Amino acid sequence: MEYIVFVVTAIIAAVGAVAMVLSKNAVHSALFLLLNFGAISVLYLLLRAPFLFVVQLIVYAGAIIVLFLFVVMLLGAERVEDTPDSIAWQRPLAIGLGILLLLEALYVAFSRTVGAVTPVAQRNEDFASPERIGQALFSTYLLPFEITSVVLLAAIVGVVVLSKRSGRVEQAQRALEHDADGRSEQMEQVMERVG
Amino acid sequence: MVPTNYFVILSAILFTVGVIGVLTRRNALVVFMSVELMLNSANLALVAFAQARQSLTGQILVFFVITVAAAEVAVGLALLVAIFRSRRTLDVDEVSTLRG
Repeated sequence: MEYIVFVVTAIIAAVGAVAMVLSKNAVHSALFLLLNFGAISVLYLLLRAPFLFVVQLIVYAGAIIVLFLFVVMLLGAERVEDTPDSIAWQRPLAIGLGILLLLEALYVAFSRTVGAVTPVAQRNEDFASPERIGQALFSTYLLPFEITSVVLLAAIVGVVVLSKRSGRVEQAQRALEHDADGRSEQMEQVMERVG
Repeated sequence: MVPTNYFVILSAILFTVGVIGVLTRRNALVVFMSVELMLNSANLALVAFAQARQSLTGQILVFFVITVAAAEVAVGLALLVAIFRSRRTLDVDEVSTLRG
């Protein structure tokens, strides 16, 4: 039974990932990524990690995908790749290198982990229950947990600073654009005089 | 119980798809999504190994990775919005001002 669930979920995850890379529209990419995240969260459940299942759904499928969709729709940047590729020779090279990496990773996975990962003899079904993870987070891993809050605070401050429209930069940009316009007008006048 | 190896192989496949996405796509948003995919595949391998070793540490590491990824997405998307405001494009080939 678990094998069937694994195979179906793995196929969904792989198809979601490939479709995300292939789809032309960025909104479709984000939705395929959501499919992939959902499949991976089911795999976490299969690995007896209910806490990570919930965190994956809330943080990735909930927050991050919404953020992506919001930015894609805010900027209207669904299809920026309709223009022809300026460095087209890179695409086959990139795909070839990617396939090489896949072969390498599969080789390592087959040669190193098949016998090397000896499963622990005595298995505990709820070794990673949310209760135990909570206890570990607030005792052994208390300092990293607190540092995480600093990381999140830094991210919040950074986002606010980045997305604030600073008046001086805007003015400088406008002046630059104005300058460029003026120059092109001058150029046209010069061209007219010459022609 | 599904063998750990199967999860590691799936993780390798997803990671490679993410790498190809980063290398071939030109929309900065899709490149960013591919990076998220790579982070996720690494998380999957970590959880699989944690399950095989019956160790809680791997899962806690994944928890921290997810937290940092969330912060990274927020900052990265703010950067993309700032780039779009000044350059009017998200094509990574167009945004090459820092090239020497």
